[in-house]
Amino acid sequence: MSDLVVDELVQEFLVESYENLDNLDRQFIVLETEPNEEIIASIFRTVHTLKGSSGFLGLNRLEALTHVGENLLSRLRDKKLELTEEITSALLAMVDAVRVMLGHLETVGNDGTDDHAEMIAGLARLAGEGDGATHADPAGSAPTGDTGGNAASDDVRDGDEGGAPVPTGDTHEAAGVGPAGPAPTAAGGDEAAVASVASGAPTSGAGSAADTTIRVDVGLLDKLMNLVGELVLARNQILQVSAVVAEASFLGTSQRLNHITTELQEGVMKTRMQPIGNIWNKFPRIVRDLAGTCHKHVRVEMEGAETELDKTIIEAVKDPLTHLVRNAVDHGVELPEVREACGKPAEGRLHLRAYHEGGQVNIEISDDGGGIDVARIREKALSRGTVTPDQVTRMSDREILDLIFLPGFSTAETVSNLSGRGVGMDVVRTNIEKIGGSIDINTTLGQGTTFRIKIPLTLAIIPALMVKTAGDSYAIPQVNLLELVRIEEGHAAASISEIHGALVYRLRGELLPLLYLQQELQVAPADEVAAGQGDVSDTAVSHHDGALNIVILQADNRAFGLVVDDILDTEEIVVKPLGKLLKHISSFAGATIMGDGRVGLILDVLGVAGNAGLGTSREPKNGSGAVRQESEANRGQRLLLVGTGTGESERIAAMPLSSVNRLEEIPLSSMEQSGNQKVVQYRETIMPIVWLADLFPNAATSESETAAVVVLSIDGHTIGVAVDRIIDVIEERIVVQQVSNTAGITGSAVVQGRVTEILDLTAVLSALAPSLLANLSRDKASIGS
Amino acid sequence: MAERARQYCTFLLDEHYFGVDVLRVQEVIRYQQMTHVPLAPAVVEGLINLRGQIVTALDLRRRLELSERPDDQLPMNVVVRTDDGPVSFLVDEIGDVVEVGDEIFERRLDTIRGVPGELIEGIYKLEDRLLLILDADKAAEVSRAD
Repeated sequence: MSDLVVDELVQEFLVESYENLDNLDRQFIVLETEPNEEIIASIFRTVHTLKGSSGFLGLNRLEALTHVGENLLSRLRDKKLELTEEITSALLAMVDAVRVMLGHLETVGNDGTDDHAEMIAGLARLAGEGDGATHADPAGSAPTGDTGGNAASDDVRDGDEGGAPVPTGDTHEAAGVGPAGPAPTAAGGDEAAVASVASGAPTSGAGSAADTTIRVDVGLLDKLMNLVGELVLARNQILQVSAVVAEASFLGTSQRLNHITTELQEGVMKTRMQPIGNIWNKFPRIVRDLAGTCHKHVRVEMEGAETELDKTIIEAVKDPLTHLVRNAVDHGVELPEVREACGKPAEGRLHLRAYHEGGQVNIEISDDGGGIDVARIREKALSRGTVTPDQVTRMSDREILDLIFLPGFSTAETVSNLSGRGVGMDVVRTNIEKIGGSIDINTTLGQGTTFRIKIPLTLAIIPALMVKTAGDSYAIPQVNLLELVRIEEGHAAASISEIHGALVYRLRGELLPLLYLQQELQVAPADEVAAGQGDVSDTAVSHHDGALNIVILQADNRAFGLVVDDILDTEEIVVKPLGKLLKHISSFAGATIMGDGRVGLILDVLGVAGNAGLGTSREPKNGSGAVRQESEANRGQRLLLVGTGTGESERIAAMPLSSVNRLEEIPLSSMEQSGNQKVVQYRETIMPIVWLADLFPNAATSESETAAVVVLSIDGHTIGVAVDRIIDVIEERIVVQQVSNTAGITGSAVVQGRVTEILDLTAVLSALAPSLLANLSRDKASIGS
Repeated sequence: MAERARQYCTFLLDEHYFGVDVLRVQEVIRYQQMTHVPLAPAVVEGLINLRGQIVTALDLRRRLELSERPDDQLPMNVVVRTDDGPVSFLVDEIGDVVEVGDEIFERRLDTIRGVPGELIEGIYKLEDRLLLILDADKAAEVSRAD
């Protein structure tokens, strides 16, 4: 019993202390750049708490160390000492030593055997008290006056080791209500410890949080997440049934179930979300230490530290990110003299940035260092025999850069303690891809390097596109999806060609390898099986006079097209692992239960590409991927081209694809009126519709019964823009040639040989539906207040 | 030697009478709609949705190298617990749970060769017929080559 109580106490102490240490790391770094009394006071309190608690738990080595640290800090706080880099380093070293001791406590159960006499003496010397010996024995002559805590610690210590002063069995248990019940002085010590915790807390801002937050076991959250996953699947099934059963009460109930499930899913997901700052916060310390050993000056800047990610993903990206940060300091940023010679400030800059985009999180790590020398990688790759001279001449810079992700590849001239051993970048990439993410590099020689990592928000429930091939449905994770292309009957020959048995598809000037899903999975189409001709390898283009559905996918930085029989809808799916019997099939990532209650297989896009011999970076194929080599500024914008009006009077307009959620075909008959606004019921919400044609008064309207609707997402609200036809998605650098004075139009440019109006979406909405925009901002205001 | 009676869940496969330890059987259910798994070993008939759990269904006839089940005959599922989660054995027909004593047990017969020989733990000599005892773990293990 007493062991249990002590164990529990120790556990709590550990959790709390680790948090405190992380805080300390952060505060010390801040302190160095901007000395601040408040921070010193806060650090002092944290160390004081640590000392009090460790004394109470009988961890005398830990107590002795923190005690001298506290002394030093109290002199800093009282302005008897100036903070120097030496002091900061000594204190940071102390924090590290404390961490080691805590680790020892966690695994072995005591605070280790090292008494850190040297460090204690060093700290005491810095505190200017000359004689470190007296301070190494705090229990004897503690000057700070909380002798209650020290006395208590002695008692507890005796109790644990000798057992003598502690009453035996039953009374012990009876008294075991308070953790330190048996020894009266210890109870006093308990209070003292609690008091010091309490006094430490409010200033660090945790006081108010402590009242409204509780610690929850991650295992419990995982279980809740699994249950919610099951609920989502059950919901999907109910919804499918409710679409058939046309009973009003059932329909209402199932819609309610739908909403509640969605909210519950979001809620449970949020409980697992953690700001990426949790791992970033360790970087300033890492960078400081590393820069110190490399004799460099590096400033860390963070942007979007509050961006939240699922806990499992945070854990998974921690090591890759640390590696990239270390690399940036070690290889990226140059020595101060080199920097100054190049006309850059002596202090290097490491910029961390995180932001949400399209249901994914982007993390960028950029430095303003020397950049990666493509020529050097090329040489290195040649000398190592990674690639043949012949291959190199055919490789783009981008593909050469990609070589650094190969195992064992390093351009560092000397192997340092920190990096350069060639293990690393391949592990970084593997770890990121394991969680469904991707990484790419942008580098400019002499100006710096940016690594961009894209990762999904969560792994448990993912949006997926359902496709059908040979009568069976398969799920494709939306992370891998670039776009969907439909080639109408008879147009296949123009854009698909066969080169030595391999099919390629021409998409906006780029050649993409084309695979047939049924061929990759070796399944025969249902009708051909019936007809008795199951020869699946015989799927040439000529056999497909009908329309082709191509799913453009991204695997390993390479795009390819996958031909499927039918494209269904998107669905939220829960990934369930396949049994041992099927795990080796690399084309599948798992299975899920679909809306109709059947089991659906989830395609592993990397696996499918790999099985087909695509996407392996070891055999770079020229121009096989939709890779972009330009830096951000030169990169073309992806635009959606739409047309409104008919014939001669048709106007072409372009809008940024990033604002477009979906494209829908909506019958005019299903549009309703709400106030003075046309609306349509869309995915259980009411979506306002505006007509693009209204921007161009002269355009003739078409007589069609359905409207192509571009579903836009603006400030979290969904708005439909009706147009006459959707033309294409293009990626181009737009040069606005003629500035327009029509509201909503930025100007005109020539896109694909036609004059195209470039739309400013916010302005379009304010021109076409001013009330709507007002609503939006009012909503925002009311949410904000 | 304490002779303890054992219970077996029995089923028919191509007129042969088989049994698996009843303690290993999670449940017996009628034919379920299945999702075919391309590229999988032929023994894997498909995946079934067992109350939200995804279970791999194995065709025991193919596993035991018996003749193919006629198309018009729907198999039954005997769901067996394994270390890797439940696995469903597809069988022709379900029999009773029988209780048999050790005295009529015969260790594996060496004359049964090949895969069936490896999968059959032993035989009980019942009065009217023979009960072949299936090693559930081995039956649920399918090598990639299959």
